[in-house]
Amino acid sequence: MPISMDELRQIADLARLRLSDVELEAMHSDLNRVLTHFTHLQELQLAGVEVSAHAVDAQSVWDNDEPSGGLSREQALSSAPSAESGLFLVPTIIE
Amino acid sequence: MSLVSLSVSEMRSGLLNREFSAVELAQAHLDRLSELDPSVKAFVTVDPETTLAQAKHAQARIDSGDATPMLGIPIALKDNMVTKGMRTTCSSKILENYVPQYQGTAASKLESLGAVFLGKTNLDEFAMGTSTEYSAFFATRNPWNLECVPGGSSGGSAAAVASQMAPISFGSDTGGSVRQPASLCGVVGFKPTYGRVSRYGLIAFASSLDQIGPFARCVSDAIDAFESVMGRDAMDSTTIEASYDASVARTPALNGKRLAMPRELFSDDISPDVRAVVRDALDAMSNSGAIIEEVSLPIIEHGVSTYYIIAPAEASSNLARFDGVRYGLRVDGANSIDMMTNTRSAGFGKEVQERIIIGTYVLSSGYYDAFYAKACQARTLMKRQFEEVFTKYDAVICPTSPTTAFRLGEKLDDPMALKLADFCTIPANMGGFPALSLPCGLANGLPVGLQLIAKSFDEEHLFSIALATEEVLPKIGMPAIA
Repeated sequence: MPISMDELRQIADLARLRLSDVELEAMHSDLNRVLTHFTHLQELQLAGVEVSAHAVDAQSVWDNDEPSGGLSREQALSSAPSAESGLFLVPTIIE
Repeated sequence: MSLVSLSVSEMRSGLLNREFSAVELAQAHLDRLSELDPSVKAFVTVDPETTLAQAKHAQARIDSGDATPMLGIPIALKDNMVTKGMRTTCSSKILENYVPQYQGTAASKLESLGAVFLGKTNLDEFAMGTSTEYSAFFATRNPWNLECVPGGSSGGSAAAVASQMAPISFGSDTGGSVRQPASLCGVVGFKPTYGRVSRYGLIAFASSLDQIGPFARCVSDAIDAFESVMGRDAMDSTTIEASYDASVARTPALNGKRLAMPRELFSDDISPDVRAVVRDALDAMSNSGAIIEEVSLPIIEHGVSTYYIIAPAEASSNLARFDGVRYGLRVDGANSIDMMTNTRSAGFGKEVQERIIIGTYVLSSGYYDAFYAKACQARTLMKRQFEEVFTKYDAVICPTSPTTAFRLGEKLDDPMALKLADFCTIPANMGGFPALSLPCGLANGLPVGLQLIAKSFDEEHLFSIALATEEVLPKIGMPAIA
């Protein structure tokens, strides 16, 4: 099932990526070659097979609810591209 | 004999017997790096000042009677392993100037054991690739032939060990990113069982597949390196405390071992020269008493498709954190959405963007069942087929890579060709199994790797077989550059 150009634009938008028309063309062609390869999976008999989201049989792990150290506010903010008054600064969210 | 050519155990005894100091050992590796890295390009960041300070500290510990296994041993870390105060880039423009405020568990364990950090090694951006050509900074070269790729994504770590710039390095393996470059560079590469080594501080690519593993020039050194980082970690709830017998691991055993040879990994998909070298290796193992039988694991044919759905799906989610707000690159925009879009479009390279888009697509409404759910079912079948084999055999044995090192640029135009380089290594990630690649010969002057895969948490027997196998395989020597 090939991906259409409109779908590709919409997916890129959802992923917060902006592609030029030239990049879109190239990616469209690459993606459809990769997706064609994926169609081989349709050959498998998978009815009734459970899904594996993990490699090993993992179970929920509960930690004791005890306070422990972490980054200080200064440390957490020290890598921020923009910070002010002890807070991360971002452009306008709501007009 | 030059210090850089010693094994880790030789370095350890030389340090403890005062034949040379930790500072001399570190300096010898820094000199080697200055000499060779301009042509190999294995390292993204080196910091000789920190390296020598750590070496001085290690020597002080040695002088006070400390003898922990990694004390004073120089190591290199893939640049997706977070190191406090040392730039960690993931070979991406989005993290080009990122200096972390914290350190990952594996790096912390190595530091507390007295290992000396030489620097951070190059990778395909965010570990997405099989040739290290997708690094946003530069391509790493294969020490055996500088016109060839070292494999990837941990190509810098593999090349560093192969060219004796480090005796030990660490990489991460999501679909083969330790074993495949180990194969192409003629060194040992090991991916532990999923859950053996903490992923805390490993910048996430595909969380259900990623695992940190070592490179070394012999199996024994790889075991030392693995034992330094293994174990349950409260900071990574997917780590598991499982038994491991170090004495079994260090006892070579091949006679009477039952090894399964999947016919799908000896097919025409594997180049004839690789098959020929691997078959010679199997003959040598049989002559030493290994019982090698052909089996069929038909699900292997679907491994690449399964992987290239699951890994990008997880990556598209993991890489959503790079939004220009808390760390890394920011490219301004009129509003927050604009800023995030500008940042991600400028910061991620083409391959990373393509995988984010594949991942977003296969998880999107209408395609989830057709792609992601099916891939997760195929993953179940892959685990089952291998686990069935492990009820009758001690290990699976096969080539590590379908080809030897290919030329730089050779596969960049074909989106599937580079992906197929993981054909032999993907199953171990899908099932979580431990797997090791060791050099087994040369084809046209380039190394060929032999892969051993065992059942989950059976590292001790995998190492035991690998040690005995190493003894019966021809020695490939060192690349001419070294």
